[in-house]
Amino acid sequence: MAPARPLDSIQAVFILIVGVGRVGSAVARTMLKEGHEVSCLDEDRESQARLEVGMDSSWEDSGGHFTVGTGLEIDALETAGIERADAFVAATNGDNTNIVVAQIAQRRFQVPTVIARVLDPRRAEWYDAQGLRTICPTRVAIEMLEGEVLAAAGHAEHTSEDSSSTASAESSEEE
Amino acid sequence: MYVIVVGAGKVGWNLARELLDKGHEVTLVESDRDRFTRVEQELEHNVQYGDASELWLLEKIGISRADLVIAVTGDDEDNMLICQVAKEKYMVDRIIARVNNPRNREHFELLGVRPNVSATNLILRLIEHEVPEYGLVHLLDLPQEKLEIIEMLLPPKSKAAGQRVVDLQMPEGSLLISVLRGDHGFVPTADTVLEEGDEVLAVLDPRVEEDLTAYFGPDGGSAE
Repeated sequence: MAPARPLDSIQAVFILIVGVGRVGSAVARTMLKEGHEVSCLDEDRESQARLEVGMDSSWEDSGGHFTVGTGLEIDALETAGIERADAFVAATNGDNTNIVVAQIAQRRFQVPTVIARVLDPRRAEWYDAQGLRTICPTRVAIEMLEGEVLAAAGHAEHTSEDSSSTASAESSEEE
Repeated sequence: MYVIVVGAGKVGWNLARELLDKGHEVTLVESDRDRFTRVEQELEHNVQYGDASELWLLEKIGISRADLVIAVTGDDEDNMLICQVAKEKYMVDRIIARVNNPRNREHFELLGVRPNVSATNLILRLIEHEVPEYGLVHLLDLPQEKLEIIEMLLPPKSKAAGQRVVDLQMPEGSLLISVLRGDHGFVPTADTVLEEGDEVLAVLDPRVEEDLTAYFGPDGGSAE
């Protein structure tokens, strides 16, 4: 494999992640390994342990920042460094929290890149259209499942083509 | 009027009952099954079980024809977003949101969710009104219109005391609208002479509030 990129060849950015669950912690670790500056905010002090899974040293010894608090607390956001954040990720386990704190980051602190995890596909779509970048894991899961199921159905139809010519004619029309 | 009330706690339940009594059409939304069952016994088909954060539920209860959406759940984020979506996606003319934690009020404002009502702030207002030491009392705030109406006690040695209204040099953007003296209030004329202990009501631009307080205060007008 190619050698790890030297730090000065990539543009290191400052990323603030609110919510250190499975998603937030994984993104945080990856970004730190990629050489970026990463600050995490979570109301649960213990969630820092999740950041350190698979790491050789503690989160803070590895250069990461951690603040205890919620994304609705302006003091906590400021302690976590929101005023110099290049990117902001709202990844708590609550859609409403993510949508609200992302709008605070966007409107009040003018963070250039703001991304919110929103499980509800329709609200994800609507807020996206309003200019808030949303990631909808549910939508991704729906598309993958539909793809898999359709592929399996197509495969099943294909193997039974000889016994039912009508069905295969219908399916080719749908394509 | 068709009113959607979200949250069947004490506030929501009583609001819904009052609105129904006044002859309005009401849908009260509650997401807790047990609470819903209790409230439904009284309000019957006027209660809907479900999470009003879900767009399909709002559509099912006809949000686009609602004249007013009131969000009074115990969760500030829910109240903010239900009202934001009602206003911006479904073009509901009027919204009212409850603020549970007064610290979140700035977030309601940031998201354009107005008016928002905080019980803590209402009680603070009442305290201001009941306790004259606070000096200046806000009677009405219209932040969007940049107007407010305040009540202020003319303290001893106020330079405004003894002056005729026509001679007052109140800051530009403020206007004296009435005077409370003893147990009666009146609209002053140009010849009215202000007295120590008068309570004056003024309408003003909030940006000149400090100037006005200084003007009516003990050392006001000393520069003139």
